[in-house]
Amino acid sequence: MIHLQLPLQKDAIAGLRAGDEVLLTGTLYTARDAAHKRMIACLMEGKPLPFDLAGQLIYYVGPAPASPGHAVGPAGPTTSYRMDAYTPALLEQGLLGMMGKGTRGPEVIAAMRRHGAVYFGAVGGAAALISRRIVKSEVVAYGDLGTEAVHRFTVKDFPALVLIDSLGGNLYEIGPRMYRRDPADGGEE
Amino acid sequence: MREIKAQTIENTVYDLILEASYCIGADVEQAVRGARETEPAPAGRAVLGQLLENYAIAREERIAICQDTGMCVIFLDVGQEVHIIGDLGEALRRATARAYTAGYLRKSMVRDPLYDRANTGDNTPPIVHTRIVPGEKIDILVTPKGIGSENMSRVKMLVPADGEAGVVDFVVDCVRRAGPNPCPPVIVGVGVGGDFETAALMAKRMTARGLDEGNPDPRYAALEQKILARVNDLGIGPAGIGGRCTALAVHIMAAPTHIGGLPVAVNLCCHAARHARAAL
Repeated sequence: MIHLQLPLQKDAIAGLRAGDEVLLTGTLYTARDAAHKRMIACLMEGKPLPFDLAGQLIYYVGPAPASPGHAVGPAGPTTSYRMDAYTPALLEQGLLGMMGKGTRGPEVIAAMRRHGAVYFGAVGGAAALISRRIVKSEVVAYGDLGTEAVHRFTVKDFPALVLIDSLGGNLYEIGPRMYRRDPADGGEE
Repeated sequence: MREIKAQTIENTVYDLILEASYCIGADVEQAVRGARETEPAPAGRAVLGQLLENYAIAREERIAICQDTGMCVIFLDVGQEVHIIGDLGEALRRATARAYTAGYLRKSMVRDPLYDRANTGDNTPPIVHTRIVPGEKIDILVTPKGIGSENMSRVKMLVPADGEAGVVDFVVDCVRRAGPNPCPPVIVGVGVGGDFETAALMAKRMTARGLDEGNPDPRYAALEQKILARVNDLGIGPAGIGGRCTALAVHIMAAPTHIGGLPVAVNLCCHAARHARAAL
């Protein structure tokens, strides 16, 4: 288990490899479909983003509302590929990590390698469990988007897996390869 | 003729939305528990353990199992001897708005898919499928459906020459292409036959069939097992990080179709397979 402090340091993530288990502590930003669209529109117009992306981690999540006594509602990851079209431009701005679930396209992976960035996974659907590791939530931009607003989460020992590392190593390729049985030859690959 | 007030339906649907969102069905929990026993991948077993822990927290604290509390899909089988007093559509809309607001569930509906993606603010409108059936009661199934697995669903118009092999290949390919995205282990709902939209609707219905219910037709029961084995041979595993349990079950519903047709629909459902039922 690797303990990582947020915001991220480039040298700390350079050593991470696909499949590593990490515990994240510090602050991160949330953004999903609509917030990404606005951030990219902002960059296209040459305006500054509502928060500095340098060294940051974006968590793809739209949390459920917090019930009384909770800092945040259930907040598991959403599917990341929907953000693929926007991600390379944000990596250009200094973003160092993303967290979500599911595959990323080749252009995102190439941009990650170029910028030494990492893609973490949290367990999709384990939202109630995950939300216990989020100790604080504040809306920092696009409040009108509701669940899709950019939140700053303070997390403590938030469990994540390295899905794609800064060299392009990909757990979604490595893991399934070990358990695949090809019916064409009836045996293990 | 039996009279049922729309208000009664509203209150029932309200309760079902909350129950489905907080409390995973015993059948699903049992299947995940069983998968944890047999999953050879250590990381996959750990994921399944987290899912079981998550189900327990959600049930005990009465919070959502998954933050994507879905589009609110409601199936109604209305007995033809029933007369509903009041506005049924409005009752379902109000049940949805009230449950998603009071129950701290996420509101995920936008007004227009292209030109006005503004959140409707109360997760309305629900998606409602109504059938008129014999009898004098109303069967209600509420099945909130997240978009992660919904987005990985597909329909294909096969031709009769494609036969069983074509169906198997299409379903397996659908799960393969979905990979980790729909939150495996998934329930694979399949509709075969009918027309374009019937196939899709049958597939959606099949995601909510009890995991303890078999297929009454032995031919389709065998086909379900055949496809399940192929799907689990993909190695995708829990959370898609490798393992032998990619799907908990494959459920198939078939319907008569055209002499020239073989439509197939696949609706994937994540491991947060939420459904709740009531009869009025």
